[in-house]
Amino acid sequence: MTALTIAGLTLREAMRRRVVWALLALTVVLLALSAWGFSKLVGLDSELGTMTSGEARLVASLLLNLIMFGLSLIAAIGTAFLAGPTLAGEVESGQALAILARPVRRSAVLLGKWLGLIAFGGGYVILAGLAEILVVRVAVGYWPPSPTAGLALLAAQTVVLLTLALLLSSVVSPMASGIIAVGLFGATWVAGVVGGIGGALGNEGVERVGTVSRIILPTDGLWRGAMNAFQDPFALVQMGPGEGGFPFLSEAPLTPAYLAWAAVWIAVIWGLTALSFQRRDV
Amino acid sequence: MGSADAATVRGVTSDATTASAAAELAALPPSPAVWCSGLRKRYGRRTAVDDVSFSVARGEVLGLLGPNGAGKTSVIKMLLGLVRPDAGEVLLLGRRSTDPRSRVAVGYLPELFRYQPWLTPTEVLDLHVRLSRVDVPRDERRECLALVGLAERSGDRVGGFSKGMQQRLGLAVALVARPELVVLDEPTSALDPIGRVDVRDLVLSLKSRGVAVLLNSHLIGEVERVCDRVVILDQGRVAASGTLAELLGQREVRLRLDGVDDAAEDRLRAAGSTSRSGDWFTVQLTSDDDGVTVPDLVRDLVGRGVRVHAVEPVRISLEERLLGILRHDEPEVAIR
Repeated sequence: MTALTIAGLTLREAMRRRVVWALLALTVVLLALSAWGFSKLVGLDSELGTMTSGEARLVASLLLNLIMFGLSLIAAIGTAFLAGPTLAGEVESGQALAILARPVRRSAVLLGKWLGLIAFGGGYVILAGLAEILVVRVAVGYWPPSPTAGLALLAAQTVVLLTLALLLSSVVSPMASGIIAVGLFGATWVAGVVGGIGGALGNEGVERVGTVSRIILPTDGLWRGAMNAFQDPFALVQMGPGEGGFPFLSEAPLTPAYLAWAAVWIAVIWGLTALSFQRRDV
Repeated sequence: MGSADAATVRGVTSDATTASAAAELAALPPSPAVWCSGLRKRYGRRTAVDDVSFSVARGEVLGLLGPNGAGKTSVIKMLLGLVRPDAGEVLLLGRRSTDPRSRVAVGYLPELFRYQPWLTPTEVLDLHVRLSRVDVPRDERRECLALVGLAERSGDRVGGFSKGMQQRLGLAVALVARPELVVLDEPTSALDPIGRVDVRDLVLSLKSRGVAVLLNSHLIGEVERVCDRVVILDQGRVAASGTLAELLGQREVRLRLDGVDDAAEDRLRAAGSTSRSGDWFTVQLTSDDDGVTVPDLVRDLVGRGVRVHAVEPVRISLEERLLGILRHDEPEVAIR
């Protein structure tokens, strides 16, 4: 009950503070640019000779993944910078005093914040992602193999990042927590790319960098799962084995074990945040 | 009607022993609004609160006084479960403060008051009513806003409010969920003189409705006017506590007399210890004086032929008393 009230409040804050409108404007720009780009792609035949249908699908897969990465980046930055101030900022400003003096459990307040942020961040990724898939469909007629799974994994990636930002914001200052969360998100992605290159070169040591970083922070792992769901199954074959390290193609779908690990990771980080918030003097 | 009937039937058929137990429970005096014992809090090396114990009875107005940094706000936050005490226990309205339900009937205006700037006052009150899980009808919420003078601004965003108006909103938040205990931490810090009078009237009206109030204020005059009892904190400890009459101690009366003989002096001493300076006599009255000592004394003096030129009560203000206690130039007061 408390959690739902707080979740509703968090969503209302996002609406009233015009975060939603800023995101919407940014997304519309990205979608329009991608529609323009994809429609040009169809006209490429005349300059480079005729693209085979397989080539066209490969390029569409790559570009779709690239744009999805852009969307997930927007969502990551948006939620990370929203998650930090929402908890720590309210404690700092004194807004939390009146709320926490009510007959509420702190864990319920935290759960409410978390649910509200998930609904916001996850909802954004799913809606914007779906819009982009439709844009690609209209522009070049490409439809990804499993869009639902892909969008769900993108949303999961957002959940991971905002859970981390919430934990950080209960330890460091609100602004720093947003910066650290986005920084870690970027670092893991780079580590994933490095690992992919290592894999392509057959260097196990370098490959391990990606694997370890994917375990420590599951954003990159989930992102690779999402890419795999969006890309054309034959794209990799088309690219050839030597190009396996390419950052906007994923070699394999996610294993259930990795998904379970991501769930455990979220639960552990959430628990730590609840513990720290419970003990905190406001 | 159907459900009401069913409830009555259930009431009638319920076990007689539980009914008598409930009656016994109801006959017990209600637990105090606040009870705390041995509260202690350290921030790093600094001890903010050290062994603080006091209680606030139902319907009582207790003033918390003390200089800056005395630990008043820390004590209040520990009572409300906002700050974890290092030691000590707190009961709010009969429940341990670690149980969130202890705060169901508690209203709180923090010293640092800030409410969601993107909401309207009406929405802020709606939120707090929902969080309190108390069913307060819309009209009552509107009345609450009107009580603090925000009826006309009920649809505006809180973000555009002045400090004083936000504090008024804070008062409404503290009062909206039908509290049995209201904790006001510096409730007039941002208010104009009229606002201060409003708060005083508000506290008195709460008192008349049997709502307990814990008032932390720098304005001693305010405290003196509305509080039944006072707790004075200094350097995290209770320096003194008691009712105003107890704290202000013995009252004195000064008389300018003419023609005082030995018998008249004996009569004066019978009323209380007496000192003389010229024709002024100062008589210290005991704190349990029932108000007849002075008239009786004057009557007897006149009867003995003493000419009474003046009779002046000497009042010690709470401010003087407080300064005396905090500067440690008064004997230790330990009225509990």
